[in-house]
Amino acid sequence: MSENEKKPLVDEREREKLLAILEDAQGKLGYLPEGFIANTAHSLGLSISEIYGVSTFYSFLSTRPLGKNVIRICKSVPCYLKNSRMIIESIQKELGITPGETTPDGRFSFELTNCIGACDKAPAMLVNDDVHGTLTPDKIPEVLRACV
Amino acid sequence: MAEKRILLKNCEVIDPRDIDTYLDRDGFKALAKARDEMTPEETIGEVKTSGLRGRGGAGFPCGAKWELARKAQGDEKFLICNADEGEVGTFKDRYIMENDPFTLVEGMGIAAYAIGAKTAYIYLRAEYHFLLDVLNSAIDQAKEKGFLEHLDIHIREGAGSYICGEESALMDSIEGKRGEARFRPPFPPTRGLWGKPTIINNVETLMNIPQIILNGAEWYSKLGTEQSKGTKVFSVSGDVERPGIYEMVLGCELKELVIDLAGAKNVKMAQVGGAAGKVIPYSMIDIALSYETVLGSGAVTVLDESRDTIDFVYRTMEFFAEESCGKCAPCREGTEVMVEILGRLAVGDGAEEDIQALEDLSNVMMLSSLCGLGQAAPIPVLDTLKHFRNDYENRISQSVFLRSLRGINS
Ligand SMILES: Cc1cc2nc3c(=O)[nH]c(=O)nc-3n(C[C@H](O)[C@H](O)[C@H](O)COP(=O)(O)O)c2cc1C
Ligand code: SF4
Ligand code: FES
Repeated sequence: MSENEKKPLVDEREREKLLAILEDAQGKLGYLPEGFIANTAHSLGLSISEIYGVSTFYSFLSTRPLGKNVIRICKSVPCYLKNSRMIIESIQKELGITPGETTPDGRFSFELTNCIGACDKAPAMLVNDDVHGTLTPDKIPEVLRACV
Repeated sequence: MAEKRILLKNCEVIDPRDIDTYLDRDGFKALAKARDEMTPEETIGEVKTSGLRGRGGAGFPCGAKWELARKAQGDEKFLICNADEGEVGTFKDRYIMENDPFTLVEGMGIAAYAIGAKTAYIYLRAEYHFLLDVLNSAIDQAKEKGFLEHLDIHIREGAGSYICGEESALMDSIEGKRGEARFRPPFPPTRGLWGKPTIINNVETLMNIPQIILNGAEWYSKLGTEQSKGTKVFSVSGDVERPGIYEMVLGCELKELVIDLAGAKNVKMAQVGGAAGKVIPYSMIDIALSYETVLGSGAVTVLDESRDTIDFVYRTMEFFAEESCGKCAPCREGTEVMVEILGRLAVGDGAEEDIQALEDLSNVMMLSSLCGLGQAAPIPVLDTLKHFRNDYENRISQSVFLRSLRGINS
């Protein structure tokens, strides 16, 4: 808070762009490489640790490379009640990786996430930006095949 | 009492991509009325008289909040629409934005006029990226038709963080920082975004505004109970036959919602208000849904008799431990310790002193956490300890017994 007051407001307002810059890079590069973080820090006049701090705070930003397709399966209670565990298991089986990993060919990353606001279609998951709901294990291979 | 669609009257009726279908249904008449026939003070007065309270969870009186921002000194003021909807089991704002982005834009137009903001933000959670297009198109169409001459609306996307739905963390996130809760006071209506007076309202709160302005506060305040006016949009999930969105007049019974409308059977409990919500056992199923009793964000997750209480509470606490922003120790450490204890209980490795430890921790967290996350995280623990204490005690005595069989003391 006191930091807020010390700095001139114009500089502070520049920072508004930061999250969008990081999200954009995440989308294009698949992660936020060290060099990119350093450059962004330089251009906004912020320290590298500030940018790194933001980059690691948000679950949709990543400082390690993610796969081309990111699968996020919801594990919160409403989905859990609708057997999200079966979906998690079948993705694990299909991709041969566990949550937090990326396939060796770099095609898929697989993560668990909290409620994605699709509990009326539980169990649900995000594949990149798209919601897939009322999942059953037999639907999984098809969804994965559709990912380039 | 059946469903009553007031806020949702346009949903699945209009084309969310075509403003003309909205204009055909009195669209933007409320904004015109406010701007042409009412002063900002009169607009705020109408909202105050209506009795509208915030729909994002905390239930703060909307008009009173606006008045603070209106009266606050400052050449620049901001309006923020909170579309972060991270509360577990809540999907009403998604439904609203998917089906009727125009009423939201109109509500924002009126709110900005009332408080004197020229810039507004919609803070949209990253998980709702697919709504970006429909929202942008609604804003653009409203602009083209000349309804937004007084206001610039920008959309800011989150990046995956539940705590960013908390208003002070949300503002930090818009400012390009880690989303961590701020110390308060000062409160946002006097010092918010970049230190300027700021009003933060939930999507559903803003959806009420055009109805109130168009039909009058008196009409609105006839709906509901003494302290809970209007209707509420509920998101029903879990063990029900018909999960989904239901709009009900406030004061309706939980039973009508989950059993009559959503088709729940053999109900064991319902959690009302998301992960941080109160747990209502079946014996209290006729409880009214209102600010006086239980409401929160309007998420209702039903668990039937086949469900294990401790497993449910454990998973709920895991959510808080993951989403805690880590700024204050009672919440950062407290949620972790609770996960450890509940995890042991869930797998049958509990100890006699665990219940006491959970209660003590709960009290510390509620008293000393900096923001609503840490303050509310113990609610499901305390509520289930109250209504389902047997489940805890049985699990612990089983654990003690099993350990004695294996020859380990206590
Ligand atoms: C941990 C936490 C998460 C919250 N998440 C949301 C949210 O996702 N959406 C929301 O509208 N309010 C959320 N709130 C409430 C906001 O802080 C704030 O009270 C609300 O946006 C005010 O709007 P209202 O008065 O229109 O309800 C959250 C609060 C806390 C403590
Ligand atoms: S209560 Fe939890 S979420 Fe809130 S500020 Fe403290 S650590 Fe962060
Ligand atoms: S709990 Fe899975 S989408 Fe809400």
